[in-house]
Amino acid sequence: MKTLSMIGSAAALGLTVVPALLVMSGAITLEANRSLMTAGAVLWFVATPFWMKKAG
Amino acid sequence: MGLNVRNVVDKLDALNEYDREPVPEKKLQGAGNFAGFFAGEHVAGTEFVIGPLFVAHGASAFDMFVGLLLGNLLAVLSWTFVTTPIAIRTRLNLYWHLRQIAGPYVLFAYNIVNALMFCFLAGAMISVSATAVGLPFKMRMPRLEDMYPNSIGWVLVVIVVGLIVTTVAILGFERLARFSKISAPWMFLVFVGAGLAVLPSLGVHSFSDFWRVANERIWTGAPLAGQTKFTFWHIMFFAWFCNLAMHLGMADLTTMRFAKKSSYGLLSACGMYLGHYVAWLASGILCAAALGEVAPGPIAYLGAGFAGAIAVIVAGWTTANPTLYRAGLAFQTITPDWRRWKVTLAAGIVTTIAALFPALMMKLLDFVALYGLLLMPMGAVVFADFWLLPRLGLKARYAKTRGLAFSWPAAAAWILTLVIVMWLPLEIFFKALPGWFLAVAIFIIGSYIQQRKSADAA
Repeated sequence: MKTLSMIGSAAALGLTVVPALLVMSGAITLEANRSLMTAGAVLWFVATPFWMKKAG
Repeated sequence: MGLNVRNVVDKLDALNEYDREPVPEKKLQGAGNFAGFFAGEHVAGTEFVIGPLFVAHGASAFDMFVGLLLGNLLAVLSWTFVTTPIAIRTRLNLYWHLRQIAGPYVLFAYNIVNALMFCFLAGAMISVSATAVGLPFKMRMPRLEDMYPNSIGWVLVVIVVGLIVTTVAILGFERLARFSKISAPWMFLVFVGAGLAVLPSLGVHSFSDFWRVANERIWTGAPLAGQTKFTFWHIMFFAWFCNLAMHLGMADLTTMRFAKKSSYGLLSACGMYLGHYVAWLASGILCAAALGEVAPGPIAYLGAGFAGAIAVIVAGWTTANPTLYRAGLAFQTITPDWRRWKVTLAAGIVTTIAALFPALMMKLLDFVALYGLLLMPMGAVVFADFWLLPRLGLKARYAKTRGLAFSWPAAAAWILTLVIVMWLPLEIFFKALPGWFLAVAIFIIGSYIQQRKSADAA
């Protein structure tokens, strides 16, 4: 569970910053970036409390 | 209710009772904790305001990149070579250290000034959060020149946010503190992601475009109407003194006394360069992309959608709560018969009223400079007492040595320094540096007179 939630957190951070790089390269729109960053926010707050709690 | 100063002093001591002894060896913290502390503490809601205000004040791109680089370096060096060496030698928090130098009455006044500043700071955080909470309600956003509440919507949103923040502070904010810790890494990347995402709308399509666009569209060097022009020196000094109360003002003795070595002060770079460099630059880019809009909610939404709005709410809220809690704690000392919840509620009301005025947010640079300036002289007193008095043949921590309730050299250093620097024809950002040396000089001269008189009397 801990490993899974850590993977989820890493993916959330990826969703927070990678779409912006894709906007810069012209691969996606700013609107798509907003949606992906919001998905990243939800994923971060769902996944992170599991492992950050255990890490103290 | 009458104010019994002795009663107040006893109450202050009781609140700090747990911290009376120096930190024992086994309680010292590792480097990782300090890196996390600094990174979390300095990526806050106000970063969404400070970056845009630099843009509004007409900072140039070179001045931003180099001025912030050097200013933050000076801040890191201040933590490393001024604050931490004293912290690890005494292992006392600022309260007990200052009490031994100045006596409890001076400390009482210092505590009240500090509490008021905490209230205004928490008020600015509530304003920041309100700009994001108001987004779905199409609330009219405060503009740069707005000093007073600009709409009924603003007043209602600020009151609701203030009410929630105050309630959480009354109930105890431990869970929120944990939430704040969880949010920190994500929040920093929201700044980065949002800033990068809007670059194409400003004309950046490759890395080689960046510097040209930075100069022509973001940090153009031209202030907005009604704003003063910021030079390299404004930016460098602001970055250095943004946390003046913490480093040269010595408030972080309380934190750094848990450090194993002086070099842990260098870990303040984690906060300075993530929060006060990357985040300020990113929020400046967002402001330019939003055509000069400075309200944090809309600019964060522009780059990051709901994630940006959530980040603004979380950033403002998680900083406002502990700040309000600390203010309540300090105010409790002047109302010893009141229960904690009642004091925190009173502090929350003051804070919410302050938050109603957008001036607090729009003039945040000036407020932050004033906050540091008001508390800085006591840091200079601690420095002079610890390093200079023994070398000059004078006794350090004189109030403790002689059992004084009021040691006037510290009070004189504080008040005279502020009176003189306020009179100096300098902008507020530049007053602290001469003020620090002035406070040191006044305290040494005062201590010499005080101790010589005592020796003559004996």
